[in-house]
Amino acid sequence: MKPRFPELRRATRLRRTIIGAVAMAATVPLVLTGCSAGGGGSSSADSKTLTIEDYYAASFNPIYNQCAKTVGAKVKINHVAGAGLIAKVLQQASSRTLPDVLMLDNPDVQQIAASGALSPLDDYGLSADGLVPAVEKANTYKGKLYGLQPVTNSIALYYNTKLLKAAGVTPPKTWDELRAAAKKLTTGKTYGFAMSNINTYEGTWQFLPFFWSNGGDEKNIDTTAATEALQFDLALQSDGSMSKSSINWAQADVNNQFIAGKAAMMINGPWQLPALNAAKGLSFDSVPIPTKDGAATVAPLGGEAFTVPVTKDSAKMKLAGKFVGCLNEAKMQATIAGITGNVPTNIDAADAWAKDHPQVASFVTTVKTARARTGELGEDWPKAATKIYTAVQLALTGKATPADALKQAQTQNQ
Amino acid sequence: MLSGATRWLFVTPAAIFVAVFFGYPVVKNVIMSFQDYTTKTFFTGEAPWVGFANYVSIFTSSVFTTSLINTGLFTIGSIVMQFVIGLGLALFFKRNFPLSAFLRGLLLLPWLLPLIASSAVWKWLLDQDSGALNQFLGIFGVPAVPWLVSPNLALIAVIGVNIWLGIPFNTTILYSGLQAVPTELYEAASLDGATGWKAFWHITWPSIRSVVSVVIILGVVYTLKVVDLILGLTGGGPANSTQTLATNAYHQSFINFQFGIGAAVSNVLIVVSFVFAMIYLAISRKAVDE
Repeated sequence: MKPRFPELRRATRLRRTIIGAVAMAATVPLVLTGCSAGGGGSSSADSKTLTIEDYYAASFNPIYNQCAKTVGAKVKINHVAGAGLIAKVLQQASSRTLPDVLMLDNPDVQQIAASGALSPLDDYGLSADGLVPAVEKANTYKGKLYGLQPVTNSIALYYNTKLLKAAGVTPPKTWDELRAAAKKLTTGKTYGFAMSNINTYEGTWQFLPFFWSNGGDEKNIDTTAATEALQFDLALQSDGSMSKSSINWAQADVNNQFIAGKAAMMINGPWQLPALNAAKGLSFDSVPIPTKDGAATVAPLGGEAFTVPVTKDSAKMKLAGKFVGCLNEAKMQATIAGITGNVPTNIDAADAWAKDHPQVASFVTTVKTARARTGELGEDWPKAATKIYTAVQLALTGKATPADALKQAQTQNQ
Repeated sequence: MLSGATRWLFVTPAAIFVAVFFGYPVVKNVIMSFQDYTTKTFFTGEAPWVGFANYVSIFTSSVFTTSLINTGLFTIGSIVMQFVIGLGLALFFKRNFPLSAFLRGLLLLPWLLPLIASSAVWKWLLDQDSGALNQFLGIFGVPAVPWLVSPNLALIAVIGVNIWLGIPFNTTILYSGLQAVPTELYEAASLDGATGWKAFWHITWPSIRSVVSVVIILGVVYTLKVVDLILGLTGGGPANSTQTLATNAYHQSFINFQFGIGAAVSNVLIVVSFVFAMIYLAISRKAVDE
């Protein structure tokens, strides 16, 4: 999950592990994040300077500068590494040094909003009108909008056009077609299909299209619809079409398998496009992830939202609101999409974007019917996400049948 | 003789240091384990008191039982093998031979590498389809072994990597212990006909016994809290088969943001470590008394 730039994703993982290591070494997990003094607060800077915090790369700076010009502000940009962001935000929340504009991964927005650290964007006259519906769901907490996403992403089925042509296979639309195609494409050292079934939220994120499209629901995962989805995932592995290593693969690993020609099809997101385009001799395309009977795919909504934290300076919060509004304008969305490889959230802008950029067309289609992970359970989503990947792991390792795996995960006290 | 107040003044800096850097965090962690401490707490400062609810929830969770068993297996497996191999190497390097100092230096390599880097490399080496280890075994006709993928093998693979990691520590400390054994003892013993195994049991082992206990106790404490290695290799998976108390605590606090529950798990870990630390103190005190 947490799709972001590939180079950042690696740093994220590293950072997450390092935080853990340091914290556990001291056996005092919390004091580290809770009580150290925060970085530059907003109160000390002058009234027209907005502090921005995100986990993007420096390539994002021109976008901030452009919007700063539009709203008549100066910006101080602070890029934090990946999952270090939440730890930093919590620390800043407790020391009241939150930035003026804060970027958050969309499933984290409700959790942070619930803590009271964010101000509703409705206060600044902003709304999610004209955007793909899942954006509003993901960023709304108790009826108020707390974040806006200029761009989003999701996952689709990439396929190696050469391998498919050689095997005489057309891109699959249904589960039966996918299973047959994967089987046919599996030869020698090449698996027909690859996805990430890892024991993190990333594994959950990748399994969700099968789960949701088939009518699975995170409130109770012990249902027939969910069992069918998990049975399908397992069948791909039992057929020998998907490597048993998929339970230990992150999405970046899946991408490497695909680039190396060891997988003919894979589930992955548009943030892999730079790496895929850079791979020599690789020709690929993508289609929305197949569903049981070929109906529209329900995939999870990805991407990051911009929020306005509560600070002491209400005039500055207003300016920050204007700034977030600027980032979210249709024209800016297209610029941001160009830099990040993601999809504009404005429906009209997305359609125009798909026409000019055929590589992301399948993602534009998917995003329109995407579902927000936190849409139903809000801040309780992490618990459900843990249950889902636990069930997937139990089933794929053969520790339980798909039905039992879901039952165990649902009832298990996490 | 110093007056009472002056004596206390000398103790004060150390006392403050211990209180700030050890006392406060431990007390805070204990308090936190009785609170519903979540992301909200950071902003509002409110952490409702929930009594033993966090402990009840961890003790009734099946993942906790798995973690407890895995922690035991991981620690015992790692320590036994690290010690045996470490002692063997230390004895081997005791005989000086050409390049022995250089090789001994090389042996420290696992210790010097950042853990994140070595776990990432091991993850590649142990990959089922394209890992170097399986490629090598394949030469002898061994079918691909699912090292990190099978729930039955993953813990063994993780222990294996941790053994590799702990060998330098064991070898170094035991080697320095061996250096302290006077060579005259061996000379005298050889005159009486005690060489080889006999010399080891009657001279070497009794002479390094205190070093051995230090190595083992410190090893236990270091191994109990291993997080980064497991996160790098398996993330506690597949299907929680390599989840330990340390990774469980990390997961609760930093993935689920259930800081209260995470604190409760790490308190269990602290108690276990504390027991071993006490044993260490008792042994080292005994050694001083002798």
